[in-house]
Amino acid sequence: MPSRTLAAAPLALLLSMPLHAAPDPADWDAVRNEARGQTVYWNAWAGDTRTNRYLEWVNQRMQDEYDVTVVHVKLDDTSAAVSRVLAEKSAGNREDGSIDLIWINGENFAAMRAADLLFGPFAERLPNFALTYPEHNPEVVTDFTLPTEGFEAPWGKAQITFYFDSAEIDSPPRDIEALLAWAEANPGRFTYPRIPDFTGSTFLKQALLALSDADEALYAPVEESDFTAVTAPLWDYLDTLHPHLWRGGRQFPASGPELRNLMSDGELALAFTFIPSEPAAAVADSELPPTTRSYVLEGGTLGNVHFVAIPFNSPHKAGAMVVADFLLSPEAQARKQDLAMWGDRTVLDVARLDEQAQALFALDEENPAMLPPDALAMTLPEPHPSWMTALQEAWLERYVRN
Amino acid sequence: MILRLAPVLIVTLLVGPILAGLAMAVLPAFGYLPALGGDTLGLAPWRQLVAQPGLWRSVAVSFTSGLVTTAVSLVVVLLFLASATGSRLDHWIRRLVSPLLSIPHAAAAFGLAFLIAPSGLVARLVSPGLTGWERPPDLLIVQDPWGLSLMAGLIIKEIPFLLLMSLAALPQLDPERRVAIARSLGYRPTIAWLKVVAPALYPLIRLPVYAVIAYATSVVDVALILGPTLPPTLSVSILTWFNDPDLSRRFMASAGAVLQLGVTAAALATWWCLECLATRLIRHWIDRGGRRHGEKPLHLAGKGLILLASLIAFIGIAGLALYSVAGFWRFPDALPQSVTTTHWVRALPSLAGPASSTAIIAIASTLIAVVLALAALENEQRTGRQPAQGRLLSALGLLYLPLIVPQIAFLFGLVVVMESLGTRPQHGLVIFGHLLFVLPYVFLSLSEAYRRFDPRWTRLALTLGASRNAAFWRVRLPLLLAPMLTACAVGLAVSIGQYLPTQLLGAGRVPTVTTEAVALASGGNRRAIGVWALVQASLPLVGFTIAIGLPRLLWSNRRGMRGTP
Repeated sequence: MPSRTLAAAPLALLLSMPLHAAPDPADWDAVRNEARGQTVYWNAWAGDTRTNRYLEWVNQRMQDEYDVTVVHVKLDDTSAAVSRVLAEKSAGNREDGSIDLIWINGENFAAMRAADLLFGPFAERLPNFALTYPEHNPEVVTDFTLPTEGFEAPWGKAQITFYFDSAEIDSPPRDIEALLAWAEANPGRFTYPRIPDFTGSTFLKQALLALSDADEALYAPVEESDFTAVTAPLWDYLDTLHPHLWRGGRQFPASGPELRNLMSDGELALAFTFIPSEPAAAVADSELPPTTRSYVLEGGTLGNVHFVAIPFNSPHKAGAMVVADFLLSPEAQARKQDLAMWGDRTVLDVARLDEQAQALFALDEENPAMLPPDALAMTLPEPHPSWMTALQEAWLERYVRN
Repeated sequence: MILRLAPVLIVTLLVGPILAGLAMAVLPAFGYLPALGGDTLGLAPWRQLVAQPGLWRSVAVSFTSGLVTTAVSLVVVLLFLASATGSRLDHWIRRLVSPLLSIPHAAAAFGLAFLIAPSGLVARLVSPGLTGWERPPDLLIVQDPWGLSLMAGLIIKEIPFLLLMSLAALPQLDPERRVAIARSLGYRPTIAWLKVVAPALYPLIRLPVYAVIAYATSVVDVALILGPTLPPTLSVSILTWFNDPDLSRRFMASAGAVLQLGVTAAALATWWCLECLATRLIRHWIDRGGRRHGEKPLHLAGKGLILLASLIAFIGIAGLALYSVAGFWRFPDALPQSVTTTHWVRALPSLAGPASSTAIIAIASTLIAVVLALAALENEQRTGRQPAQGRLLSALGLLYLPLIVPQIAFLFGLVVVMESLGTRPQHGLVIFGHLLFVLPYVFLSLSEAYRRFDPRWTRLALTLGASRNAAFWRVRLPLLLAPMLTACAVGLAVSIGQYLPTQLLGAGRVPTVTTEAVALASGGNRRAIGVWALVQASLPLVGFTIAIGLPRLLWSNRRGMRGTP
C-alpha cells in the first residue's frame, strides 16, 4: 500500500470509503498535477498492429506533454480485463488494482457497470469531452442503449461495412434481402463469423432489424417482448441462407479477422467488418487486392462508439483521466483517423470545431478501398444489449449439433 | 538437512497453490462467488451447463482426441525406435527432435492449418494444374466436426516429446544387447526390438504418456485453430464461457472446468484399462514366439510415419516463414507475388522487451526447477527411498498434478488466491506460475536417468575417500550433464510456451513473446503471426542447441559422456 494513503487522516478515510484516494475530476488542475509521474496501465485488445502503433504514439505524446507513461497491456480479448478486475474485487483488492484504463463498450461495459467494477462519473468532466457535443450526438453518451452516465469516455466509432473484390463482382447486394439472392447465385462465397463472436452477433442484429417490423422492441430489454415472435423472420431467413454459405453453413469462421483471411485466400467474394478502415488497411498490407471496394447497406448499418473506462480500484485514476482527455483532443483524434496511422473514425463533432482543428481532419487523398466520407451518415443504433445475449443463445440452440 | 526439505518444499510449493486455485474454481461451480452476488451453494450452474447445446459432443471430442492422439503418437515413436535404431534416418531424426519440440504448439497448428486448408499450400501447389481449381474448393477439412485435424496437429507435436523422453530413458535398458540376444534367437530386428525393448521401455515413459493424455484432452490453443467449432472442444467452450461478457456465465464456466477435470480423469482411467488389455495381448503376441511375421510392414511404417509427421511440421513452419515475408499472395499462386520485410521491420522494435523478459522468466523458473529436482532426487538416493517405477501415486507423484489438472480450471482461482495474499503481479509471481508447469516436466525428464544412474560410481567415489557431497558434485553431476541439460531445455521450452499463467498471474503487465503472439493472433494477420511464431519458435531452439552442444564441447575428449540425443 502506498505510504500516501497510509498518511491520510483515518477520519477522512472513514468518511469517504471506498473512493477516498480518487481525485475529483471537477478540479482538473489538481488532476493534472496528481497525474504527473504516474504510469497508466491500459488494457486494450492488441490484435491489430496499427492500433498498437497508435497506442505507442499516445505513450510518446503523454510522456512529452504530461509526464505520464502509458503502458499498453496487450489483450486478445477484453473480457480478460473484466475477469482481472472481478478477481481483484473477489480478493478484496479495492485500492491497488492492476488496471488503470480499459478499452471497452457494449456488453462488457454493461457487465462491469452492473457488477460495480467501474470508477465514475468522470467522462463529462474531461475538458475535451465538450468537443463531442453530446447534445447533438447522443451516441457518445449511449452505449448499446445504456446511458454511460460518465462511467466511460468516448474514443472512436465503428460501423458494419461490407467489402468485396470489384474485379470479381460488379454489383454487390445492397440490402439483407438481396444478400440472400446473391448467396443463392454465388454459393459458398459468403459467410458470417460464428456466434458468439461480436461481429457475427452484430450480423444477426443487422438482419433482424431489416427483417422484423418490431424495431422499437429491439431498443428495450428483451424480456419486454415476445422473443419467438419478433425473431421468427430472422430464423426463417437464416435457415434459407445457411445452405448457400461457405462450407454449406456447417462451419463458420471464428471472427471478423478470420473473415478477412478467407477473403484474402479467395474463398469468399463478399465479407463485412466492424472497422470501416479495415479493408483499406488490408490493401495497404497486401492482404487484399487493390481492387477491393467498401460500401454500406441501403438504409444504413449498425454502428457504435467504443470507449475507455477506469476500473474502481485503479491506483492511477488521475493519470487515466488525463489519458482519456488527451485521447479526445483534436490532435489525438485526427491522428487516429489518419489511415496511415490507424484509420479509426473520430467521435468529435468535426463540423462544430474551430477552423484550425477542422483542418487537422482534412483527408489528403481518396483511398479507393475506403468508404466515401458520407457513406457512414446512415448509422443504425445498437439494440439493447440483452438482445445480443438472447440471440446468441437461440442461435447456438438452433445450429449447434448435439 | 536442506536436502530433506526438498520434497516437502516441492509438494507445498506446487500442490498448495493448485489445490487452493482449484478450490476457488470448485466453489463458483456450486454457485459461490460473492463478488458476483453468489453466496449460496447450489446446483444451478450444473443445470445450466448440462443444458448447453452440444455439451456432450464437446465432451466426446475432448475425450477421444486425448486418447487417439496419445495412442497414435506412442505407436509412431515405438515403431520408429524399433525400425530405425542405428540407421541414417535415426541420426537424422534424433537431430530434428529438438527443433521439432521447440516449435510452439500454436505455431505448428497454424502451419498445419495453412498446409491442408482448401486454400492452403498443398492445394496451391497442385492448382490449377492438376485440379483445375481457379478458386479454393468449398471443402470442410480444417476444424472438421470429428476433430481429425485437431488430432493430427497434436500428434505432430506429441511425437517429438515422447521421442525425446524415450531417448532419454533408453540407454539404461541397454537396448543393443537385448536386441542382439533376440536376433541370435532368430528374431528380425524390428520384431526383436518391439518384443524385448518396448515392454521394458514403456514403464519408463509412462508418466510422460499420461502427461500427453492430460494435455491433449484439455488443450486450448491448438483446439482453437484446428478443433471442431459447432460445438468446439470442452476446453474451448469453457474458455468462451469464462470470457463471456455476461459475468453470470462464470458460474457455469467453473462447473465446466470441474467437468473438464472429470473428462481428463476419465481419459486417464480409460488409458489405464487399455494398458491392462494391451499388456495381455502383447504378452500373448510375445509368447507365441513369431520371429519374422510382420517385419516388413512394421519396418516401413516405423520409418514412414515419423518421416511424414516431421515433414508436415517443417513444411508448415516453412509456410509460416514464407508468409512472414509475403507481399500479395492469392490462391492459386504457389509463391507470393512479391517479398517484403515490412512485417519484420514493424515487429523488431517491439521485440526486445518481450524477448528479454521471456528469457529471464524461462531461465529463472528452469534454474529453480532443476535445483529443486536435483535436490529431491539426491535426497532420494541418500535416504534410499525410491518410489516404484512409473507410479503415479507416491508423495512426489503430486508433482504431476499441474500436468493433469487443466490450466483454466485453477488459474483463475489462483489469481484470486494470490490477490487475497496481497501479492501484486510482477515478474516474481509469473516465474512462480511457470514453475508450476516447468518443475513437473524437468522432473519428468531428469528422474529416470538419475534413478538409473549406476550406484557403483558413487560407491567407488566414497571408497576413494570423497565425501557424499564431493561424490555428487564431482562424479554424479558431470556424468549426468547430458540428461540434465536436456531437462533444462525442456524446461525452457515449457516456460516459453506458457500463455495463461503469464497473462493471468502477470495481469498482462509482463509481456513475453508468447503473450504478444497470442494477442496479435486475435487480429488474424497471418504475416504478423508468421513473424511472431518464428520468434517464439527460435527462442527454445537456442536452449536446445546449448543442451546438445555443451556436452560435446565440454567432453570433446570423452566420447562416452556426450550423451545420446
